[in-house]
Amino acid sequence: MVIKDLKDRFHFKLLAGEKGLDNEINGLYCCDLLSWVMSHAKDGDAWITVQTHINIVAIASLLNLACIIVPESIEVDSDTVAKADEEGIPIFSTDINSFKIFTKFYEAGMR
Amino acid sequence: MGSNEKNTGIKLEYEILKDDFARAGEASSGIKKVLRQLGIDSSAIRKTAIATYEAEINIVIHSEGGKILVYIKPDKIEIIAKDNGPGIKDIDLAMQKGFSTASNRVRELGFGAGMGLPNMKKSSDEFYIESEMGKGTTVKMIITL
Ligand SMILES: Nc1ncnc2c1ncn2[C@@H]1O[C@H](COP(=O)(O)OP(=O)(O)OP(=O)(O)O)[C@@H](O)[C@H]1O
Ligand SMILES: [Mg+2]
Repeated sequence: MVIKDLKDRFHFKLLAGEKGLDNEINGLYCCDLLSWVMSHAKDGDAWITVQTHINIVAIASLLNLACIIVPESIEVDSDTVAKADEEGIPIFSTDINSFKIFTKFYEAGMR
Repeated sequence: MGSNEKNTGIKLEYEILKDDFARAGEASSGIKKVLRQLGIDSSAIRKTAIATYEAEINIVIHSEGGKILVYIKPDKIEIIAKDNGPGIKDIDLAMQKGFSTASNRVRELGFGAGMGLPNMKKSSDEFYIESEMGKGTTVKMIITL
């Protein structure tokens, strides 16, 4: 899967990081404890989190995560959006919850 | 922020401010960019990224401020994170997975899993921590290349 698919196939709303859209997604990871994410998320993972402060961009960039997905229409801080644009880390917003996001990826063939 | 020095390899130095959440992660991101430009192997970059990030966040959250020094040498990366206090009372306890004194405010932001120090230890090939109450904490980590 390519990050762009989240926009084109899942109709998630792209909030930031346009320039990272062509990268591959290798997996999906969901956790809101940042140092837990730091030790367990893998290169190329799409990361689902309810955290929306600027630090999530640093984490995604340090770990080479594919993108960030914010579930349930949680609002994302504007400085987070600005930083993600600068770093080229796509951030998506969707109204569905984590379980439904996982389901979509599964149906799209991700294992 | 880099400077070339003959015998020590490349030295990077970053000032880390207390409670500066907005900039937290900038030092580790900067360090990662330099390592990338130098063509350092990707697994060493990942380890260094984790080690420096956790050190940086701990200085922001738990200390009065400090600095991170990185020495990039032909055979290893040396990271020194040094702060100006308050120090850690019981290092063995602080090193345990899940132990955290983070405030509720900071926990709501996703910090405070008590995994930072264990992550630093796991990501480095050599890990040393020293702390004196009232003085400060120094963490030294070596990642071999
Ligand atoms: N530089 C420091 N100065 C003072 N105390 C520290 C410092 N670094 C760590 N500590 C103490 O050690 C505890 C454990 O640190 P650790 O990084 O493992 O977890 P945390 O920072 O609380 O949570 P997490 O890193 O998972 O977000 C901290 O809660 C704090 O009490
Ligand atoms: Mg920590």
